[in-house]
Amino acid sequence: MSTLEIRSLRKKFGSLEILKGIDISLEQGGFLVLVGPSGCGKSTLLNTIAGLESITSGEIRIGGQVVNNLHPSKRDIAMVFQSYALYPNMSVAQNVAFGMEMRGVPKAERDRAVAAVAKTLQIEHLMDRRPSQLSGGQRQRVAMGRALVRQPQVFLFDEPLSNLDAKLRVDMRIEIKRLHQQTGTTIVYVTHDQIEAMTLATKIAVLKDGELQQVGSPYEIYNSPNNLFVADFMGSPAMNLLEGKVARTNGAPQIVLERHDHQPIVLPIPTSADAAKLSDGAKVIFGIRPEAVNDKESIDRGAKSIATFDAPVEIIEPAGADTYVVTRAAGKELTARMRAETPVCVGQNHTFVFNLDKAVLFDPQTTRRI
Amino acid sequence: MSAADALLAAPSREPARHSNVTRVVIYGLLIVFAIIYLLPLVVMVMTSLKPLEEVTGGNMFYLPQHLTFEPWTKAWGTACVGLTCAGLKGYVWNSVKMVVPAVLISTLLGALNGYVLTKWRFPGHKLVFGMMLFACFIPFQSVLIPMATILGKLGAIGQSLENTIGLSLGFGNPTVNLVLVHVVYGLGFTTLFFRNYYETFPNELVRAAQIDGASFFQIFRRILLPNSMPIFIVTVIYQFTNIWNDFLFGSTFAAGDSAPMTVALYNIVNTSTGIVEYNTNMAAAMIAAAPTLVVYVLAGRYFVSGLMAGAVKG
Repeated sequence: MSTLEIRSLRKKFGSLEILKGIDISLEQGGFLVLVGPSGCGKSTLLNTIAGLESITSGEIRIGGQVVNNLHPSKRDIAMVFQSYALYPNMSVAQNVAFGMEMRGVPKAERDRAVAAVAKTLQIEHLMDRRPSQLSGGQRQRVAMGRALVRQPQVFLFDEPLSNLDAKLRVDMRIEIKRLHQQTGTTIVYVTHDQIEAMTLATKIAVLKDGELQQVGSPYEIYNSPNNLFVADFMGSPAMNLLEGKVARTNGAPQIVLERHDHQPIVLPIPTSADAAKLSDGAKVIFGIRPEAVNDKESIDRGAKSIATFDAPVEIIEPAGADTYVVTRAAGKELTARMRAETPVCVGQNHTFVFNLDKAVLFDPQTTRRI
Repeated sequence: MSAADALLAAPSREPARHSNVTRVVIYGLLIVFAIIYLLPLVVMVMTSLKPLEEVTGGNMFYLPQHLTFEPWTKAWGTACVGLTCAGLKGYVWNSVKMVVPAVLISTLLGALNGYVLTKWRFPGHKLVFGMMLFACFIPFQSVLIPMATILGKLGAIGQSLENTIGLSLGFGNPTVNLVLVHVVYGLGFTTLFFRNYYETFPNELVRAAQIDGASFFQIFRRILLPNSMPIFIVTVIYQFTNIWNDFLFGSTFAAGDSAPMTVALYNIVNTSTGIVEYNTNMAAAMIAAAPTLVVYVLAGRYFVSGLMAGAVKG
């Protein structure tokens, strides 16, 4: 049975519908990341799970129990806030123990639990300090400690890393992942950072305008995005989405990407797409990740289906480990992710190879994957 | 000197060039105004330390020839207020009995109002706040008669309680009446102060406390109040000064022995018998003003920072 189950959840503010029928379930020990652009309703969804906001219709179950009308403190959840929300007037130890104090846990037991959590998070030396005397990363740890000490069924994280600087964010990301692996807790995590989503999640839910776009493992979301939005949102640099047309030569359908001043690129139908659904002359969006565009030497040897074309290099972006090479196809920029030492020059023709095993096709009308 | 040193030194040298003329003008003006403001106080202090002959016979700007504290002891202990000649001391106590509860109650209620108006918003909260603000703009003279009617009704309740159970429970007591009046009319201001302060108070703290299982009042007492020190001090100073200095309500609703100190001071100064004892009057006036001065000196720096905290962020 799922630890967290959300069924056709709707939330309206007046006539404005923020959440338009959300269905998600999360198994025990799962790590669900809610991701989407700002204003997509992901934080609202988290708040409804926490009970900080009421729902208009639908059902939320935690551990099998319907919690729609339960007070936040009765839902067996703990939450880590974006601003950490540490009580400034209390010491770290008091902050961590406050929830237990409110529930009338005896002092001795409280002290024991606080000490245990402090040890897990290595914040024992900070216990007598005030939140204002802590650094960002330490506050983050204390906020997690406050959640951890409750031993809830579900942890809720509301963009917990967005206030940290880039390096600390990576460290804390690993910290959270390690914590999840050690304790096996069930976590719901909100972020707008798709890298955080990819690295942390066992399950990602992509939201847009209050609607679920796709729910799946990071691998599924990344490699088989349901629609154009998911394809474009997840991944950095973003997936190349090029407009093409289906044309039939010798009976087999092919994708044609028109090019200015150059021969069109003609490709076989990617293995992921259902060729039977493609009618002649239909417009399609051809999607391919930058790492599936490479040169002859570095293309994945195991690739079953590849396509080669020559194109002039427009921009080279060295990024240390990789070099992003930008060219042009179907009127749009096409980014290729190549190894750092790739010999390319701006303006010169270069031979690019598509790994079509990794390519996907979308219907431009419905934006869905074919 | 290296280029870096030159860069660092440049900004501090720039204002120094102009400073000689500007500084003279600024300090000159400040000194002139300080003298203008301080002169009355100096005259008051000097007069209160002179024997009466020196006051009536001499120039008020002369220093005391025979230093005496007798006017102070007289103002405190034996000056005549109306027909009783026991000085201000009893009335100071009257004022304290009235001011302390009135300040505390109005401040706490204001804090509670601010808490509800920002963290537990209900439909129409803006209207309620608007109406509370309205209280800040009502001239107190215009409410004297309705207030008198209400206090009269409360007095009648007190009388009937006295007759039935032998206790008035404070109904009709002039000090209780004044506390009530000051709490009611102070609420507009205290609510305004706390609402603006709590407007910038992070909602996430309240939410975290909710998840931790704290109740409405627990959140208020454990989270909001301990973090409200600056605005708390502002409100206390503001209310203390206003209520301590109030004359209108005191003279209207509390006559005779239960009058607050301001009314007693008026009666001392306004006595129609004999000669006017300026030295005693001055001493009495300073005794009356002393508590607000002390409060401001002790907590003044919080007053400025607290007002800014509310004003800039709100």
